[in-house]
Amino acid sequence: MPSMTVNERPIRFDMDPETPLLWALRDAANLTGTKYGCGNGDCGACMVLVDGEALRSCLITIAEAEGRQITTIEGLSRDRSHPVQQAMVAEQAIQCGFCTPGIVIAAAALIARNADPSDADIKQAIPNLCRCGVYPRLIAAVKRAGRVARRVERISAAPAPGIDARDAAASVPAMRPADEDSR
Amino acid sequence: MFGMYNKPDTDNFLDTTAQGLIGAPLDRPEGKLKVTGTACYAAEYVLPDCVEGAFVLAPISAGTVKWIDRASIAGMPGVLGVFADDAMLRRAAQGTAGKAPAQGVQTVDYFGQPVALVVAETFEQAVAAANALQIEYAATDPVQLDFDPEAETTPVVDAREDSAVDQGDLDQAMRDAIHSVDVTYRTEAHAAAAMEPHAAMAEWNDDHLTLRGSYQMIGHNVAELADSLGISEKNVRILAPYVGGGFGSKLGISYEAVAAAIAARELARPVRVVLSRQQVFRAVMRRSETRQHIRLAADAEGRLTGIGHEALTSNLPDEDFAEPVTQATDFLYRGEHRRLAVKRAKIARTPAGSVRAPGEAVGMQALEAAMDELAERVGLDPVELRLRNIPERHPSSGTPYSSRMLAQALEEGARSFGWDRRKPQPCARREGDWWIGMGMASAARVNMMMPAKARVTLTPQGGLVVESDQTDIGTGSYAILGQIAGETLGIPIDHVSVRLGDSALPTGAGSGGSFGAISTGSAVLSASRAIRKTLASRLGCRTDELVLRDGHAAGGNRSASIADLVGEEALVETGRIKPGKTAMQYTQASYGAFFAEVAVNVWTGETRVRRMTGAFGFGRVLNAKTARSQCLGGMVWCIGSALTEELAFDRRDGHLANPDLAEYHVPVHRDVPDLDVILLEERDPAASPLQAKGVGELGICGGAGAICNAIYNACGVRVRSFPMTLDKIIEHLPDPLAN
Repeated sequence: MPSMTVNERPIRFDMDPETPLLWALRDAANLTGTKYGCGNGDCGACMVLVDGEALRSCLITIAEAEGRQITTIEGLSRDRSHPVQQAMVAEQAIQCGFCTPGIVIAAAALIARNADPSDADIKQAIPNLCRCGVYPRLIAAVKRAGRVARRVERISAAPAPGIDARDAAASVPAMRPADEDSR
Repeated sequence: MFGMYNKPDTDNFLDTTAQGLIGAPLDRPEGKLKVTGTACYAAEYVLPDCVEGAFVLAPISAGTVKWIDRASIAGMPGVLGVFADDAMLRRAAQGTAGKAPAQGVQTVDYFGQPVALVVAETFEQAVAAANALQIEYAATDPVQLDFDPEAETTPVVDAREDSAVDQGDLDQAMRDAIHSVDVTYRTEAHAAAAMEPHAAMAEWNDDHLTLRGSYQMIGHNVAELADSLGISEKNVRILAPYVGGGFGSKLGISYEAVAAAIAARELARPVRVVLSRQQVFRAVMRRSETRQHIRLAADAEGRLTGIGHEALTSNLPDEDFAEPVTQATDFLYRGEHRRLAVKRAKIARTPAGSVRAPGEAVGMQALEAAMDELAERVGLDPVELRLRNIPERHPSSGTPYSSRMLAQALEEGARSFGWDRRKPQPCARREGDWWIGMGMASAARVNMMMPAKARVTLTPQGGLVVESDQTDIGTGSYAILGQIAGETLGIPIDHVSVRLGDSALPTGAGSGGSFGAISTGSAVLSASRAIRKTLASRLGCRTDELVLRDGHAAGGNRSASIADLVGEEALVETGRIKPGKTAMQYTQASYGAFFAEVAVNVWTGETRVRRMTGAFGFGRVLNAKTARSQCLGGMVWCIGSALTEELAFDRRDGHLANPDLAEYHVPVHRDVPDLDVILLEERDPAASPLQAKGVGELGICGGAGAICNAIYNACGVRVRSFPMTLDKIIEHLPDPLAN
């Protein structure tokens, strides 16, 4: 049974070790923010952080993920306060939203290693497909996220709700309160 | 209020209100859910005991299923059943069909048609069994596989009478013309390629079906699904609160919904069916390839005397839909001698239907490239050629135009882009290994209104609830419908909630044809104004004196909080609108202009778009942020249509050779430069009581032509075949070492 850490919680998947991480996350862990867009590594909608790198979870088996630290879109921040999430809302680099989680993950990985990226850095780091065509807005959003990360700007486009994390999770289909398993 | 929209509304009501929401660049309210992965798409609901279905697709282009060997998977783990029901769909419904499309999967009409659904306990088991299932086919010769055979064989075609125009004598006009162009352009088939693959979850409660699906027009989809299953519409509910892109591919009820419903009924368990990306490519509506014969006849000053636009499109033999290629050519430019026609080759390929801006998306880019050829013959600036050919009235019917910002878009776009720096002769600007060129094109897309209903509730606490089955496919419905209601009733946007995508709610227009915002938005306006009337009477003033702002009402020297005027019982109104006489009495369209600068590699012919400007007039802007996003996204599609997008069908057996996102090239981040969008200020009273027109598709209608013209201006190669890939350019390139 491959074990790993998903969103800071130890997880052991009782599944075939060859199962792509994407399907383990979606079907077994109900972390449906990670999307199936192609299954071939073409689109990037399934990106998650694996030890801090943005990787396509459709191309990694859970055996390969053994012992790794996985962060999905749901785990990026409990209160949607991550600079990339804030900037994506503020700059409206979102349309239908299906590619958005993968893009947020790719951008978060970029900002973590380079909080002041150039246009070319952003285009290189975010190869994700977006059929709605948010690309020009994305450049602005990622740069703004970098400014927030560098503490030269503050935004509150998607302010964290002033309620308990457990209450927030209860109203959100793909999240479960952290202590649910122990009940 | 409203009902049939028979008279242009020149009151411009939304210019008289006080809340300041209309047109404001507000964030989409569901953005927070989308950046946290918590917006729930069709396949993502948790239904107890849900099982999974996987399709088997036909490996032949025509014939019948002789025998399904169910025993071939009988021992496989988790398998619950194989479904190949007479009611299952052979193709998806066309947009607004409102009834079942062709049913019965024993007959095969094209390569990649679903022929069976295998259901198992888990997704992996279903896919494994679907791959293992043995099916015996009896293949027959398909009608025809090739769209445009070069050999002696003539395609079997149908003429579309409804769009045909034959006016004056175009042949004579061409002979008499001082300047003329007689050219043929080609475009390849396109995929909508929405990021969310088609998915459905079906759940029965006694004889009541709840379907969670990814659909654009759920009012119609309920009727299509009920008809497909032979049950009453009353027993069908469709939920589609979030849709991961549609672009036309999710207009009509599709395979997965009907198959999931049939399997769920039989197994008495919820069933989920998600198409794989490859299945989406093979089975979901494509945009037809086109061959377009364009003739332009002009006098010495470049004024058009004649226009011919005759297109060949394709579809399955018994599908009526034909890409309406000449739709904008009908009204865009002058010329008394006109011949427009669309024919349809009957071929056995993935069904053709609406993909974003059916007609104009491919018709305008060819027309606008031909116009560039004419400009060069006349020796006229391409912008000036268009300005000279804007007609006073519709050139065939004589009906007046509603508001039309074509000239302003051409002039404003040219100024902002720096068009005056363009050198008219090709190969005049080189930077290292790149030829640099500029091109432009007009944009036009018909404006349509559809019947729509919406309910608005003003609560005793002074909050607003807007409800409709209207979908938001990424376009901004959640944002703009709330803005319209909040503006009309003076309620701050954070006190407005919008519920969409549930067929139990009043039937909106749905998302398609750029009509969602103006149609459902007009219904919201209608309901909101009815509530306004009640508030005025309760305050004791005339409706036209009433000022509503930030939850307060004032008028006739009285004032009160809106919540106090509501009292204990919420005020609820349902608004409706239907297209009426204004649709017939005015030629209505949204207009614009594209300007592109490209670099063409002197050695390889590779084209990079360096910058692009679009200026657009589409009536009142309801939300400057979501409207701009629609235009930006459209321009990204122009880059794809111009340079990369092509469905490649094998001419021998009809199979799609590039059924995934690795080989079907949608533009990626690195293909898209900074794009400049100019939103022109406009009111169009004939289009809707909002004075707004459609914007969702305008941005893709012609821009690929601007890129084509820029390539010619850069390197002198005129490509008359889209996409303009390297191979079509390289052999005609001038010697890179000359000079």
